[in-house]
Amino acid sequence: MNDMRIMERKVDTKEVKIAAKDVQVYYGDNHAIKDVSVEIEDKTVTAFIGPSGCGKSTFLRCINRMNDTIDICRVTGDIMIDGEDIYNPKVDPVQLRAKVGMVFQKPNPFPKSIYDNVAYGPKIHGLAKNKADLDNIVENSLRRGAIWDEVKDRLHAPGTGLSGGQQQRLCIARAIATEPEVLLMDEPCSALDPIATAQVEELIDDLRKSYSVVIVTHSMQQAARVSQKTAFFHLGHLVEYGETTTIFTNPVDPRTESYITGRIG
Amino acid sequence: MTDASMTPATAPKKKSSLLVQDARTRQRNAAETRFRMFGMAAIGVGLLFLVFLFTSILRSGLPAFTQTVVEIEFTMTQEQFDTAESKMLKTGEYQKIFVNALTEQLDASGLDVAFDGKAIERIVGKPGGTIRSFFLENPDRIGTPVSFELAASSRVDGYMNGRITRDTLVDSRFLMAADLDLVDALEDAGIVKGAFNWNFITGTDSGVDNPGGAGLGASVIGSFFMMLVVLFLSLPIGVAASIYLEEFAPKNRWTDLIEVNISNLAAVPSIVFGILGLAVFIQFAGFPQSAPLVGGLVLTLMTLPTIIISTRASLAAVPPSIRDAALGVGASKMQSVFHHVLPLAMPGILTGTIIGLAQALGETAPLLLIGMVGFVAREYPETFLGGLTDANSAMPAQIYTWASRADPGFYEKAWGGIIILLLFLITMNAIAVLLRRRFERRW
Ligand SMILES: Nc1ncnc2c1ncn2[C@@H]1O[C@H](COP(=O)(O)OP(=O)(O)O)[C@@H](O)[C@H]1O
Ligand SMILES: [Mg+2]
Repeated sequence: MNDMRIMERKVDTKEVKIAAKDVQVYYGDNHAIKDVSVEIEDKTVTAFIGPSGCGKSTFLRCINRMNDTIDICRVTGDIMIDGEDIYNPKVDPVQLRAKVGMVFQKPNPFPKSIYDNVAYGPKIHGLAKNKADLDNIVENSLRRGAIWDEVKDRLHAPGTGLSGGQQQRLCIARAIATEPEVLLMDEPCSALDPIATAQVEELIDDLRKSYSVVIVTHSMQQAARVSQKTAFFHLGHLVEYGETTTIFTNPVDPRTESYITGRIG
Repeated sequence: MTDASMTPATAPKKKSSLLVQDARTRQRNAAETRFRMFGMAAIGVGLLFLVFLFTSILRSGLPAFTQTVVEIEFTMTQEQFDTAESKMLKTGEYQKIFVNALTEQLDASGLDVAFDGKAIERIVGKPGGTIRSFFLENPDRIGTPVSFELAASSRVDGYMNGRITRDTLVDSRFLMAADLDLVDALEDAGIVKGAFNWNFITGTDSGVDNPGGAGLGASVIGSFFMMLVVLFLSLPIGVAASIYLEEFAPKNRWTDLIEVNISNLAAVPSIVFGILGLAVFIQFAGFPQSAPLVGGLVLTLMTLPTIIISTRASLAAVPPSIRDAALGVGASKMQSVFHHVLPLAMPGILTGTIIGLAQALGETAPLLLIGMVGFVAREYPETFLGGLTDANSAMPAQIYTWASRADPGFYEKAWGGIIILLLFLITMNAIAVLLRRRFERRW
């Protein structure tokens, strides 16, 4: 069934949203990302796959400069979003992160109410003029996060009281409440059961209409189900990047083929 | 894995019964039982000490809260008042009036004990002055019956609560064996009796020969003002320093050095802070001696490391995922700290602060060095500012002063002071527990 979806999906060329060129990342002496150049398209779901420790998360965190918070981490090379270098000294990472939202591997809602979780971003960015406006943003975000029906009666209950899958969808709702242009997701389903995973995947497919979505995943099936483009990382190198269909049916690099067929990983 | 260790696995496995414990299991269980016994014994010993401590504190300290009083009611006529006021030795005249009234009352209750003015002096000191000043202040009470409650001397007080017995009493100018008969008679007549010693709680320090009049009130006020200074300085400074060090400062040699030094400061003996306070605040900066302000500054220096260490620990305990979440939606570093990290660290910070304050409250040595010794606490400050700058003592220093005085009457005052100090400490710790419960949140 999954394969059918890949086959019937028609991929048309779109404009480039994120362009990375010769990106190197070092953790102290550990060279974690080596010479990665990639062009990620707008209104597309791009999957990063590869064995554990190959640098998927590291590269993802370069795109919203979350690596800045790690003292020993050093990034060189260019990453452009809409043609602007995000590592330019004039760029404020705080402003960048409002534009590039992130969903983390482990659901991490704030220990506040569900409402406050979603309302926090819009509040600090001044996106709502008044309370009614904010209520609207919260409701819309929760609806888009496919969790509105489950929480609409307990918006003021703590977000940490939800189940794992609900928490992750709350985190997605929180990320889209700030109206980002790019959404980065680091293994968003690794802590979820199959039903919650299916819900999140449906959500990702839906988000593609308005965002450029980059998702790190360990599950090949998931990459095949939700993404149009796939990038395969191995030991810090971007080994292969292309149409998901091509990567999964007709990989060029022998390492990609071994990984996909389960021989390395 | 060597081959030797592999062989048992390949040999046919013997069936073992779960109903029979093997030797290893028995050994493990025995070790566990032994350990549990040790633990319980340790707790038992600890509790025993605690019980011993509390009973001895209560036994020695509770008498401080009662005071033997001589209660006598008499009417001062205008005539008596005028004659007394016209005399040269006015208080002596009042003394006579008092003794007469006492004799009358004893006669009226059918008791017949001989006594003279000297014996009365040994029992209640010289009440003439007290009586005179009362009538001078309240001239309208002349001619009406007035009831006086006069504190008995510390020896009589000791006799009433069992510290002194007829066997241990040595005749002296303070108390004679014969006086005890009079005390017994007065007690039977209901004139001498025990009363709750409010003066101990609200009063100020008395002279070295008057334990009966000693009170902790002024020192409590001194401690209160010191704690105000400590709270308002060490909480903001400590929390700001911790937030900077934990959340903002780069990790380099300098911050490592600062960190090590803060930990070392926490272990510096308090008397060192005292002498530092004397040199810096009093001799160099010229602040007044014995002022709670200076005491508060010294204790702030002492409390800061405690607060910084506990605040940093509670900041570090906040899961990093919360910071990531805040940064991920585009919060600035400061927003992530103040909106998310700090509220989660609050219970720990408050607990640390209160425990630091409690430590400071019980600190004696540095106060002695800056002159906040017990006998300074002679009067209440008149204004709020005066509370900070007027010479005063603090509870532990007052207790220390009492404990080192010769009159045995002060011994029970010292223990009584310890009871009050402990009450404050227990209250503060209870508040710490309550705050922790109140603010504790799951994540
Ligand atoms: N915070 C960090 N500090 C030091 N090294 C790190 C850190 N995060 C990741 N690394 C190193 O970078 C490499 C890539 O890690 P990561 O990007 O997390 O891999 P992936 O997400 O693909 O499993 C690994 O060798 C890992 O040890
Ligand atoms: Mg990862």
